[in-house]
Amino acid sequence: MSAIFEVRNLKRSFGGLAVTNDVSLSMAPGDRVALIGPNGAGKTTFVNLVTGNLEPDAGEVRIGGESVTNVNAIDRVRRGLVRSFQVTRLFQDMTPAEHVALAILQRDGRAGRMFGNFLSMPGVMAEVGVLIGKLGLRDLAHRPVREIAYGQQRLLEIAMALALKPRVLLLDEPAAGVPQSDTGRIERALADLPDDLAVLMIEHDMDLVFRFAKRVIVLAAGTVIFDGSPADVTKDPRVREAYLGSYADASSAA
Amino acid sequence: MTTATTNQAEAPLLSGRHGLGRDLAALAVILVLAVIGYLLFPNNLALLTRIMAIALLVLSLDLVTGYCGVATLGHAALFGSGAYAAGIAAVHFGITDPLLMVAAGIIGGALAGLVCGVVILRAHGLPQLVLSIALIHLFHEFANKASSWTGGSDGLAGIAPDPLFGIFAYDLWGRTAYVFAVVLLAIVFMFLRLVVRSPFGMLCRGIKEDPIRIQAMGGSPTIALLKMYVISGAVAGVGGALNAVSTQVVGLDSLSFTLSAESLVMLVLGGTGSLFGAVTGTIVFMLFEDLVSAANPFHWLTMVGALLIAVVLFAPKGLYGTVAEVLARRRGAGR
Repeated sequence: MSAIFEVRNLKRSFGGLAVTNDVSLSMAPGDRVALIGPNGAGKTTFVNLVTGNLEPDAGEVRIGGESVTNVNAIDRVRRGLVRSFQVTRLFQDMTPAEHVALAILQRDGRAGRMFGNFLSMPGVMAEVGVLIGKLGLRDLAHRPVREIAYGQQRLLEIAMALALKPRVLLLDEPAAGVPQSDTGRIERALADLPDDLAVLMIEHDMDLVFRFAKRVIVLAAGTVIFDGSPADVTKDPRVREAYLGSYADASSAA
Repeated sequence: MTTATTNQAEAPLLSGRHGLGRDLAALAVILVLAVIGYLLFPNNLALLTRIMAIALLVLSLDLVTGYCGVATLGHAALFGSGAYAAGIAAVHFGITDPLLMVAAGIIGGALAGLVCGVVILRAHGLPQLVLSIALIHLFHEFANKASSWTGGSDGLAGIAPDPLFGIFAYDLWGRTAYVFAVVLLAIVFMFLRLVVRSPFGMLCRGIKEDPIRIQAMGGSPTIALLKMYVISGAVAGVGGALNAVSTQVVGLDSLSFTLSAESLVMLVLGGTGSLFGAVTGTIVFMLFEDLVSAANPFHWLTMVGALLIAVVLFAPKGLYGTVAEVLARRRGAGR
């Protein structure tokens, strides 16, 4: 299948330190890929390079076969590359319904409309209802976000990302900071993501990675040291050495 | 829990927050206040008219500061540009119809908004504030130097607006000007209510809180803010034109740093991010200033300062913001 998302030989260094060193990867629609790596491996830099918040020193990023290396961050979103944030970035006084509605209108290029209240736009609200219902946030639709539990805020981040109808979704630690009791709901939401969507998840929680991903990429010191199936990642000696350590023994024993 | 949500997912997601009733209530409040003002101060309508012109400036400031989080101490540039545009239209081009003068004010204010927006939005935080101060001084100095057009430091005099609709002449008691001001303020206020709760208004609130999040949704904060600056300029321009029509003179003070700073004080006094807060702050500040300066011409500024400190310390959301919050909490507790 043709690649929807491609990164070719991406490089970026800060003051002589190569934080992203010749990283390449390719994803097809429907891929479920996890990007893991020890702290300081360059995961965040990689995300920022891909989203256009940082400029690479060399290399190329392609979405749907087109190069977006010289496209700014906003236009990359409009071309279908959407990210979620490691720490939720929501508008504290707005409700989940307003968040999702704003994302829908933004996607349709109608967020600049100066008249009309989207709470009374039936088309928009129907879509909001479907998305919010899917993530189990319906009861909270009209509550300000600051009154909502963190786990549910994370679900709202996913709902907003989906409202933008992405082709490629970057999930930056979708379960970070969520109490153990709520991770099940996030996992269910991830399992329900659209089939044709390419998802790249950055995550520390190895249980989640192994359940979610069909393919794992390991980044260490800015370089891809492994790209293969989850079953093989724990067996790879370089990965063991660089990252998994005792965890690999634990999970292979389990 | 899961079954409950799936069942509910069939029902349409409607909100109880429809605005029409509240809009009419807001309109009624403005008109009632206008009637009370007319009955209480029949001999001081000029002050009330000036309050309404300044209220338009403060509303305009609220759009960029309260709703978008832009820090500015130069907002009178937009108001003064509107005032000079209306005045110059009347004096140099013979456009003396009050409605056309207001239109000139809107264009002048919007253009000034565009210029100021382009400059101010390039920076954030403290540099932004400094840019705004530089801009108001530039505007002031430009008006001062272009004296053949603006009358320089003498002000632009000889503005003689036609009777409104050809019928209602601008009388010595300022009754026509007062009614004109009330109608303009009411129209602008209702217009702004529509704007701030539209998708665009919501987008701006989002930008104020987290512009990076808006970018991640594919929205451009700069374009949205610039648009708001132009709208803000048009609103301030209405205020400036109203001031020109009602006082029949435009002075350099309408383009001053002092007026810019005072309008920010009024906004903070009333409460940022709320249209009623902006109007409340203007009314309280200007009536207080009028009363106190009559009672004690030497120390009135001290008392204005004390009032401001009291509000900032004990009602940090402003007079209107604090009252609204207390009422909302009480309503919440009653449920």
